[in-house]
Order: sequence, then structure tokens, then C-alpha cells
Amino acid sequence: MEIFGIPWPLMLSQLLLGLVNGSFYAMMSLGLAVIFGLLNIINFAHGALFMMGAFFAWMGLNYFGINYWVALFVVPVVVGIFGILIERSMLRWLYKLDHLYGLLLTFGITLLLEGVFRSFYGVSGQPYQVPALLSGATDMGALMLPNYRAWVVVASLTVCFATWFVIERTKIGSYLRAGTENPKMVEAFGINVPVMVSLTYGFGVALAAFAGVLAAPIMQVSSLMGSNLIIVVFAVVVIGGMGSIMGSIVTGLGLGVIEGFTRVFYPELSATVVFILMAIVLLIRPAGLFGKEK
Amino acid sequence: MNVATEQKPIADNDPKTAKKALEIRNLQAWYGESYILQDMNISVNQGEVVTLLGRNGSGRTTTLRAVMGLTGARKGSIRIGGVESIDLPTYKIARLGVGYCPEERAIFSSLSTEENLLLPPSISKTEKGMSVKEIYDMFPNLAERKASPGTRLSGGEQQMLAVARILRTGAKLLLLDEISEGLAPVIVQALARMIVTLKAKGYTIVMVEQNFRFAAPLADRFYVVEHGQIVETFAASELNSKMPVLSELLGV
Amino acid sequence: MTNSRIGYAIALAALIAAPFFVYPIFLMNVMCFALFASAFNLLIGYTGLLSFGHAALFGSAAYVTGHVVSKMGLPVEVGILLGTATGAAIGLVMGLLAIRRTGIYFTMITLALAQMVYFICLQAPFTGGEDGLQGVPRGKLLGVINLSSDLNMYYVVLAIAVGSFALIMRTVHSPFGRVMKAIKENEPRAVSLGYDVNKYKLMAFVLSAALSGLAGSTKTLVFGFATLTDVHWNLSGLVVLMTLVGGLGTLLGPIVGALIIIALENKLGDFGNWLAAATSIEWFKSMGESVTMLTGLIFIICVLAFRRGIVGEIAAFFKRS
Repeated sequence: MEIFGIPWPLMLSQLLLGLVNGSFYAMMSLGLAVIFGLLNIINFAHGALFMMGAFFAWMGLNYFGINYWVALFVVPVVVGIFGILIERSMLRWLYKLDHLYGLLLTFGITLLLEGVFRSFYGVSGQPYQVPALLSGATDMGALMLPNYRAWVVVASLTVCFATWFVIERTKIGSYLRAGTENPKMVEAFGINVPVMVSLTYGFGVALAAFAGVLAAPIMQVSSLMGSNLIIVVFAVVVIGGMGSIMGSIVTGLGLGVIEGFTRVFYPELSATVVFILMAIVLLIRPAGLFGKEK
Repeated sequence: MNVATEQKPIADNDPKTAKKALEIRNLQAWYGESYILQDMNISVNQGEVVTLLGRNGSGRTTTLRAVMGLTGARKGSIRIGGVESIDLPTYKIARLGVGYCPEERAIFSSLSTEENLLLPPSISKTEKGMSVKEIYDMFPNLAERKASPGTRLSGGEQQMLAVARILRTGAKLLLLDEISEGLAPVIVQALARMIVTLKAKGYTIVMVEQNFRFAAPLADRFYVVEHGQIVETFAASELNSKMPVLSELLGV
Repeated sequence: MTNSRIGYAIALAALIAAPFFVYPIFLMNVMCFALFASAFNLLIGYTGLLSFGHAALFGSAAYVTGHVVSKMGLPVEVGILLGTATGAAIGLVMGLLAIRRTGIYFTMITLALAQMVYFICLQAPFTGGEDGLQGVPRGKLLGVINLSSDLNMYYVVLAIAVGSFALIMRTVHSPFGRVMKAIKENEPRAVSLGYDVNKYKLMAFVLSAALSGLAGSTKTLVFGFATLTDVHWNLSGLVVLMTLVGGLGTLLGPIVGALIIIALENKLGDFGNWLAAATSIEWFKSMGESVTMLTGLIFIICVLAFRRGIVGEIAAFFKRS
């Protein structure tokens, strides 16, 4: 069976690939949005921390024999703690200043981290084995479903929706929402907002690292894997706005799928389609699809 | 993770000040470069209701905010229940047992009414704040609107929510900034009754009020603030004799 | 006023004499980037708009000039003009889109749009892809001045740089420049005073873009090539750093910053080797290759402790005494 001259199995597999990329976009833009909401800082370093997550998974496997499943839990925690250290030692001095300095600082951190990893490992990618449990593909009739990629989508969506649930439906989430709106007032109720801010940054960063571990078997683990991703994620964030958790998730997934289909129909445009969409959204609806402009 | 653990107070050994709910001495405060409070001196005993009178811009709101640590730089002494708080961050000040109801009410729009109420944590193991049920008994309107987003409430309901919130923490010293502002007389009367009830329960209240007729029957003592300093202070019993002075200072 | 006039006269004299003492290619490199950074500073220092996409303007002009001069055989001056116009045109499009948002969103948009330009340059046939455009001839300026001589090229570049710098100075001190400053300091107030703020922002953007394009075109002629490095976001970051180190919002800051960063880049290899020898840590040798790491470190230090930049700190010092 064919649609627009493309065989159905090819469409489905591109849809899956699009969802995979979309999951990364969703998780990364979610982390950015959570951090931006409370700290008012655009965390350029998100890409580098994603890369660090992938690298730590690779290093864990190759140096310490830590397997994929353990890495999935340990690496985000480690990187999250690293993020908290960054926040406590550097970011907190910038809160009273123009937002731009936060971007500049995290940009500097990005360069530093990428430079360090590049000096040790160069720019060529390190391979990471797909874990045995998830290797291969399942015959679904209409297509051969690559197990690992399906797992990536499932794991990402689970984490995204868990994050959404915690933020929108639990008490601790209400602290975050209230703190995003009026941190001084939340503090006036006796809540230790500075600690909440640090933990929030750590959480956002952990999300990026989790995405990095998920990405390790699919993308080549290299010092540059984060930077190209983060710029696309910025475009995703401009399109979706950062005011809504669900908005970030939906926009990320949607753009991943659109990008995937573009790769089938117009491969030359696939690298730039997200940016083109961003331009269109800016012309029609500047505040973003789900934006509550801050 | 417990974000609201109790602060161990550094107790004061001076018997004269140890019992005071709030003692402000030689307080100076700035917002950036603006020098707002020049020399504030206020003393509030446990269980008292004290009103800060004065014109707009005199520094009354800034005084409350300075107590909470929400202004810029501060100098001087602020003792809450005998504990020196001038160098503490805002959340530690709140945990000393202070509740702050700001003039702008600061209801969280991204939270529902009930979430707004549930947000303030218990700050003290000894003093229990009001339970949600007790709050709903005192403010039945809020019970009706508990699922609405906080800012969809009417002005009067928002004001009630703002006050109700600080009753949840167990704070016994309440700083209320213009709670009667812009409200219908019926609601203002309800608020007045609420203040009387709270006083009977042993709360200490410091009010900033423009509405003289609302504040006058409720307060035990008055301070008049001008240019960031106290220019007059008197007890409720002296109110009548002080009316000429007040007319001049406030245009009452 | 006379003091600074004397200062500028001395500086000009020094610059005229410079190529006899310092390697001209190095000087020209510095001048191109000083122009680039000054153009960038026009936007961030005076309008408060942080663009992270200026490499697109620099690099696309570099490619256009390279292409028309080497592949189409057009005269050098036409090449420069076309390059500058390219910068302005792309700047117009970028500006129109980016100005629809403010603050941090503006920055992200410029970054994303610049990345799009990068991908276009990567894929477009006329740019030569990964190899870039090589062997761009310098030709003869106006058919008369032979630019193959480094000395001649130097004075042409000097003229371009000085002329542009004068233009920037005039702009900053003009009524237009004052409106830009007002927008930076308090945009709502500027709006309430009746200024069409978006129009001013766009004009500033296009001017900054044109001058960035001019810098890119000139660079292509000096070195004879245009590559993907010229449109990469790393370069956008580098020009931000130059301006930050030198002093945001000062006239001389970007020039000082460009000088320092380029000198550092050239000397970094030597510095890394020296550190390796001094500490016996082999890794320092590779640090010499890592401009990225050093750039990142300088960024962090500047943002945390040195926000006014060199010229800014000096100015503040003199204000105090």
C-alpha cells in the first residue's frame, strides 16, 4: 500500500523515527521550560549536559562496567548533582541581573564542557551498544518495529507525563507553579525557595542527562552531539512557548514527527524545517502556540 | 523532602523585650537607591492589634515588607518573639511565626483556591495553623470556590483567601496590608469580625489601613508614620483626644 | 573633546605605521573582527538586543564576496558592496522575524535563524560545502590598486575599518543613536513617548548586519577563503565574547576585545605547550588546541566578575577618581 507514492511501512518507520527525535525535543524543551519558569534563565548548557549524560553512560560502561539499565538511573542523578553545583556556585549570582547574563554564562559553560570532552575524546563519535534486552526488532506485520527506538519513545513519554503530573497535580508541583509566579511570596510562607530553585535546576538538568543516556545507543556519543540539538530545541521552545508543560511536550513531539515526514518527502529541507516553521509561527502567532509570554 | 522545618530561635535574655511579639528599633530600609525607612521604632505586645496610619508613600507598607525581609538593604533591629531577624532570609523570618498578607494579595493564578490554601506549610510544631475545614467554616465562600483558579474569585473573596492562607501556617503574628481596600461594606464588616475573632484567639496583628473607620474600633494602639518615621503613637483610649492631630496629619 | 581628537590622531598615526612593525595579516585579521565586534556592539551595547546569530551575516557576506570575485570574476569593490548588501538583506529578514519577540526569545530566534543559514550554506552548491571557497583572488581595487600586496591590502582594510568606525561613532551620537539608547534603558517609556520602537530596532539591526557583512567580505579578500566556520554559531559566540571582554556599550571595547581574543587564539598553542612543560601535564598541550575551552572559561569569568569589560572597567575607574 502506498501513500503519496511512499510505501506504508516506510511512512510508519519514519513516523517512529520522528517520534524518537520528538521525544528528545519534548524532554529537552520540558527541562528548559521548567528551569526558565523558576530561574528566569535560558539554560544554554542543556545541550552540553545532554552530551554529558550520554558520555557518562558510555564511560560508565567502558570504565566501570556499569550497564545501561543502571546508567539510566544513576547518570541523571550524577549530572543533576553537577547541575546543582553549577547553580549554587555560579548561576545564583545572576538572578538579580538581566536575563542575558544567564544565557551568556550557560553558553560559557557549554563551551567549557564541550572543550573538555573534546580534548579527551576528539570529535568522532564513540559507539554505544544497544542493550541486549532491546536489540533487534519486533515484527508488527505492517512494519518491523525497532525495539530500542520504541523503548525510547515509551520511556520519554512516561517521563514527560510523569513530570507533567507532578507539576500540575501534586503539592510539590504547586510549590513550583507558585514559585514560578511569585517566588518572594512563596518564601514569605516559610518555604525554602533557594533550595527549591537549586533542586529545580538539578531536575531540569537530570532530564537532559536522561535524554542523553537514551540517545547514546542511537546517536554517536561525541562532544558535539548536544550543540546542534540545543539550537533546534530553542526553535521548538520559540514555537511552543514556555508557559505550559503540556504545550512543550506536544510541540516537541509534533515537530519531531513533522521533521521525520519532511525527511521522507523533502529530504533537503529536513535540517531546516523546524526553523522554517519557527519563522512562520513568528509571523502568524508571535507569542507561540501555547505561549503565555513572560 | 521537608522544606519547612522549624528554626531554632536564638533567644533573648532581656526580660523587657523577650515577650514582645514584634520589636522594631532604628530600622532603616532601602529599595535599591531609594531610602524609604529612616528610623522606624515600633513595639507590639503579644495579643495586641496595632494599626499603622499615615499617608500613601509614608513607608507603612515598606515597614511590613522590611519585617519580612522583602525590601532592599536593611539596617537596625527587628526582633520577632525576641529573636533578632534583621539578617535572616525571608523564609526563615516566616518560620519565626509571621504571616504576611500583602496589599496586592498575591493570589497564585496558576493554582486553584484550594491549592492556594494548601500551599502554606506548617511552620511550627507547637503552634498549629487552622485546618482547611476550620478555614472553610470561617469563610464559606471559599469552600464554594475551592476548585476555581485563584484569580477568578471576586475582590472580596480574594482578600479572604489572602488572609485565610496565612492562618494555615501556625503563624501567630499577622502583618495585614490594606485588607479592607476596595471591598464592599458587607465584606469589610465580615473582615472586622474576623479580626476580633483572631484577637480573641490570641493572634497579634499589625495592620496598615487607610480606612480609618475600619481600623479605629479594632486597634489597641496606633502609630502614625510619615517619611519613614513614627511621628505619633497613642492608645485606643486616647483616640478622641487625638482626632485634631490626626485630621492634620492624615486629612481624616 | 580635543583630548580624544588627539588620541584618535595618535592612534591613526600608529595604525598607519603599524604594518612595518607587526605582521600585516595579523593586523588585518584584528581589524576585520574589530569591525565585526563593533557592528555587533551597536546592537547589544546601544539597543540592548543580544543577537546570537551574527555569524550568519558575517559568513554569508564572506561567501557572496568570495563567489562573485572568484567564480564570476566581478571587480573587488563590487564584491565588497554585494557582500555588505547581502549582510543587510539577511539582517532585514532576521530582524523582521526576531523583533516580534523581546528579550531572551529574540536571542533564541537569532540563533535559530543563523543555524538555518548555516545549513543552507552547508548544502548549497555554490559555497563548496565542507571545503568552502578557496583561492579567492584579491584583484585590483578600482582596477588600479593591486591588492595582492599585503601592504596595499592593509591600507585598504584600514580605510574600511576607520570609515566604518567613524560611521558607528556618528550613529551613536546622533539623534537616532539617542533613541536607541532610550529604548535600551526603558523601552516602555520610549513607546509612551511616541517612538515606533520596532522600526528603530529594525534599523539598528540592519545597520549592524550591513557592517557585519562588510567585515565578512573584507575578511574573505584578506585571507582568500570563506568556509563554514564563518557561518557557525561558534563564531557568533566569539564575537559576543570579544565585545564582552572589551566592554559592552563602549566604542573602544569591541576593538580591544577583538585584539585580545585574536592574539590569544594565535598564542594559545604556545601557551599550552609552555604550561605542559612547566607542569609536566601532557594534557595542557591539547588545551592549546582547545580554543573552545578557553573561550568558555573567559565567558564564565567575564559574566561573573568582569561584566563591564576592560574598557568599561577603565572608564569606571576614571569616573571614580
